[in-house]
Amino acid sequence: MNLTLHVWRQKDANDKGRLEVYQAKNVSADSSFLEMLDEVNEELIKEGKDPIAFDHDCREGICGMCSQVINGRAHGPQEKTTVCQLHMRQFKDGDDVFIEPWRARAFPIVKDLVVDRAALDKIIQAGGYTSAKTGGVPDGNALLIPKGDADYAMDAAECIGCGACVAGCPNSSAMLFTSAKVAQLAIQPQGVPEAARRVRSMTEEAKACGMGNCTNHYECQASCPKDINVKFIAKLNREYLKAMLPGNNK
Amino acid sequence: MILDGKCPTGPIQQSWDKHRQEMKLVNPANKRKFKILMVGTGLAGGAGAATLGELGYNVEAFCYQDSARRAHSIAAQGGINAAKNYPNDGDSIYRLFYDTVKGGDFRAREADVWRLAQVSNNIIDQCVAQGVPFARDYAGYLDNRSFGGAQVSRTFYARGQTGQQLLLGAYSALARQAKAGSVKIHARREMLDLVVVDGVARGITCRNLITGEIESHWGDAVVLATGGYVNVFYLSTNAMGCSVTAAWKAAKKGAYFANPCYTQIHPTCIPQSGEHQSKLTLMSESLRNDGRIWVPKKEGEKRHPNEIPEEERDYYLERKYPSFGNLAPRDIASRAAKEACDDKRGIGPGGRGVYLDYAASIKRLGENTIRERYGNLFEMYEKITDENAYKEPMRIYPAPHYSMGGLWVDYNCMSNVPGLFVLGEANFSVHGANRLGASALMQGLADGYFVIPYTIAHYLAQITPGKIKDDHPAFKESKAAVENETKKLLSINGKKTPAELHRELGKIMWNNVGMARSEQSLKEALKQIPELREQFWKNLKVAGSGAEFNQQLENAGRLADFLEFAELFAKDALHRDESCGGHFRVEHQTEDGEAMRDDENFCYAAAWEFKGADKEPELHKEPLKFENVHLAVRSYK
Repeated sequence: MNLTLHVWRQKDANDKGRLEVYQAKNVSADSSFLEMLDEVNEELIKEGKDPIAFDHDCREGICGMCSQVINGRAHGPQEKTTVCQLHMRQFKDGDDVFIEPWRARAFPIVKDLVVDRAALDKIIQAGGYTSAKTGGVPDGNALLIPKGDADYAMDAAECIGCGACVAGCPNSSAMLFTSAKVAQLAIQPQGVPEAARRVRSMTEEAKACGMGNCTNHYECQASCPKDINVKFIAKLNREYLKAMLPGNNK
Repeated sequence: MILDGKCPTGPIQQSWDKHRQEMKLVNPANKRKFKILMVGTGLAGGAGAATLGELGYNVEAFCYQDSARRAHSIAAQGGINAAKNYPNDGDSIYRLFYDTVKGGDFRAREADVWRLAQVSNNIIDQCVAQGVPFARDYAGYLDNRSFGGAQVSRTFYARGQTGQQLLLGAYSALARQAKAGSVKIHARREMLDLVVVDGVARGITCRNLITGEIESHWGDAVVLATGGYVNVFYLSTNAMGCSVTAAWKAAKKGAYFANPCYTQIHPTCIPQSGEHQSKLTLMSESLRNDGRIWVPKKEGEKRHPNEIPEEERDYYLERKYPSFGNLAPRDIASRAAKEACDDKRGIGPGGRGVYLDYAASIKRLGENTIRERYGNLFEMYEKITDENAYKEPMRIYPAPHYSMGGLWVDYNCMSNVPGLFVLGEANFSVHGANRLGASALMQGLADGYFVIPYTIAHYLAQITPGKIKDDHPAFKESKAAVENETKKLLSINGKKTPAELHRELGKIMWNNVGMARSEQSLKEALKQIPELREQFWKNLKVAGSGAEFNQQLENAGRLADFLEFAELFAKDALHRDESCGGHFRVEHQTEDGEAMRDDENFCYAAAWEFKGADKEPELHKEPLKFENVHLAVRSYK
């Protein structure tokens, strides 16, 4: 198939970006979206032009590195799919495709489709962990965790930290990302002792990074390639309320 | 030269404990005077950096990705082994040790493997304490499953995303240290040289991948945890950025490269669909627990798999290896698939595929149970192939997956260059010639959490901290050399892109140094690789400059290293005139196609010393002694 691509090109954070048009020719329906871009880039290099910069690494939907807004949707039209797992059979011959970077104040543009997502690391650094020292911990079976809780924790833990939730949200909120970690640790006994401190500092950090608040658009869930559920935001809100109750100094 | 692995002597059961007691310690108040550079932030590097930071050392960690959470350890699906014996099926540290030594076809070091098996139990406890949501049963206890190469259920898992959860555990520990200020993380940096002063590792030279700036970093010790090199085959299951670069740069500065020809071909990957393909996707080996592998009995069968009756199917693993069946180790399962396809009974486009069939287990257990166990893998398969594996068998084929070879290290994980330590997949120590399933995660975390914190102290306790810093001329020289190489790559201005040349290298490697090798194919590879390298340096085209974010330049640099390394790889394979594990020389096989080792002549680790890109490397041998598991023919029948 043949496609017309409208790609956001921006040399660096200071450059003024613009959409440029490229033709993708003879694209195999079996190739992935990134493989299609690889082929366009090969052509650009041969013509002596600067290839389109985009982030990617594992190309199997788990590392969370790929990040493109395709036709207005983070990670493109297919639900629960990262860009690297989006295949060209989702498009039709002659389609126009618009490709842009993640859009959020907290994610400055590095080049073209590449953005800086260090803000997500900062949110985790603010408390997205249990303070367990290496060694000197009890036997794994000494902590019994009901299957339902373990499954709930795992549903939350599947977040790949790609930032699609932030890019999709009209408020550029990192609430889904933050809530996934808060919920994973709050439901399990290992995470309980620090739960109140964790939820306070992680939400504060998100705000400090320039992320907005949640106003229930659910666009984060719709954008999420891993189907992280907004119920974790409800859990975060509950944890936050508990943490702000008078006398909760944990 | 005969190398000494410095393994402890005496009964193996006490070897690690005794060694730990004998090593020197660093006083807590002195720890902060030492600076350690950790290159790579996957399971080994992330866990190591976090633990060393927590102990009080100054740690600087480097990764090429935008965040430490993206290291390729995240893609491991199946699980992590530990000898907990929770299922009461007879497991023990000894059995895990035994299975790993045998699985590696007797080409790993016994003492290292014992230590791995011993600390495996601590790893599970550590990860649980971090909040890793391992699978649990209804009573709340940890759940286990079985994996290739073992007859007990010792694999702990978190759905099909175990690597992800373990990595995020290590990453969260690292995040905690970053916040505490004990670890400084440098993301989007690529190590392009090791700085060695008077034979001792003193620092690294990196490229800042955003600005293009070449940076010098000094450290009292350098730790490489930079993963494996199977992207030398171009198509592999590794992430696109995985390369041999850091390890190869260290090799060029004197670190020996051991057993480069040991690579693992993983049996359950999605077959290649066409030339456009940039990588291969692995389907967890745990699929073999409930899936049955078969090919049609008839050559050139064209019917839909569901229409082929039971009696016309060849369940070849169950037939050839009745006691392990579909759970035969990876090298054996991979070779059996290749044989079926060479026999013209392969299925799918190009005939390079075999069926992995769930019909029987769906009938026995119900679709829901299968969905619960493997649902995400089935979804991934459907996205890539547009086929529903609940309704028809999956198609799989072997693909390059893991490198058992790596930089040579002694029992302390230190290379022959003092001050240079190597962890995880980047070293050569525990897998021998074949890695069993669910043991890579185990090694990464064992090295990072429970080995390096002890052994690095022993080294640091004997040196003066901060003796040589980045104002030393060696740093300037290294920086100039790296800048020169970048200029050289950018000035060729030929016609071929890095990807085109990489594909060519991949074809040479896969056809001649792949699942089966012969003297003839290896000699052919050794003729073609230098020719391709020459072409690379004459005809490469890289757009842009060195002073900016330039992904083509990154690819070109990595390919330059692969082109040198590939030659060593083929040389090692040619010199090892025996078959063992993932190294199968067609000249050495039994009548029914099993690998034949030659213990009399090759029971050693081959460690190669780099002498120059166009010069013969020098071979150093470390003899391997088997005192606890006796050398025996490896049989899974």
